[in-house]
Amino acid sequence: MVASHAAKNLKKGQELPPWSYKVVREDLVRYANASGDANPIHQNEEFAKSVGLPDIIAHGMHTMARMGQYITDWTGDPGAVELFKTRFSAMVVVPADGGNIVTVAGKVSETLEGERVRIDLLATTQDGAAVAKGEAIVALG
Amino acid sequence: MPLNKAFEGREFAESPPYEVTAESIREFADAIGDPNPLYRDETAAKEAGYDAIIAPPTYLTKLNFIYSAEMMLDPDLGLNYALVVHGEQEYEYRRPVRAGDVLVAKPRIASIAARGRNELLVTEAVVSTTSGEQVAVARSTIVSRGTAPQEG
Repeated sequence: MVASHAAKNLKKGQELPPWSYKVVREDLVRYANASGDANPIHQNEEFAKSVGLPDIIAHGMHTMARMGQYITDWTGDPGAVELFKTRFSAMVVVPADGGNIVTVAGKVSETLEGERVRIDLLATTQDGAAVAKGEAIVALG
Repeated sequence: MPLNKAFEGREFAESPPYEVTAESIREFADAIGDPNPLYRDETAAKEAGYDAIIAPPTYLTKLNFIYSAEMMLDPDLGLNYALVVHGEQEYEYRRPVRAGDVLVAKPRIASIAARGRNELLVTEAVVSTTSGEQVAVARSTIVSRGTAPQEG
């Protein structure tokens, strides 16, 4: 698969098309099983509330995984990702009824040597809370 | 109670070999809802220039639970799991993880620092194949809520 964006056509500040995904509790059960993170705050409402959380919350790494898909879909080649980091700033609350919708946005924050770019990422929930900020360095050559 | 600063810089034993199977990659990709064929279809992966099915960037989180246990559960470190939040995660990739890799991680505690009332514990693990090829470096920032030493 060829990276679908030429570095020379990208400019600092340029925005990537935003992308949204829905997260429901079943997703978190699947993620817990696949990742090995069995913390009950991601699966058990009663437990989550007992430790002071508003409801079940998504795994931070689930959010990062979806942000990763945003980047790899954009580059076309997962192997083009050289660096990927995320800072978790708020919880993705996942109520039983309807779950939550997270929107990921990205923009080119820097053009780097060797046809590489730095992309700043921001994930927000439907109530407008910024839940994760990230950055990725991807090679487009 | 504050974390034990003596752990700063401490290195831990290499994790046991972890075999990356095509099945576990597919299961992980399914779980995150990513339909990319490179995570499932060997033909597609080969057409894209890879020797085998490759894994999504955050697949390495599966290893995290294996190599972190010894560090995090050491009673002398003083980490109270009920107070812990995952603050930040970073991966530097040398190449994608692929089916057939046998990976080991060499973890260490990079830093322990107070920020306000919290403490930030940064762990770093170099992930390599058992034949010594470096695949990635993973850094995790763990927030220990409310355990910073109080002055005065």
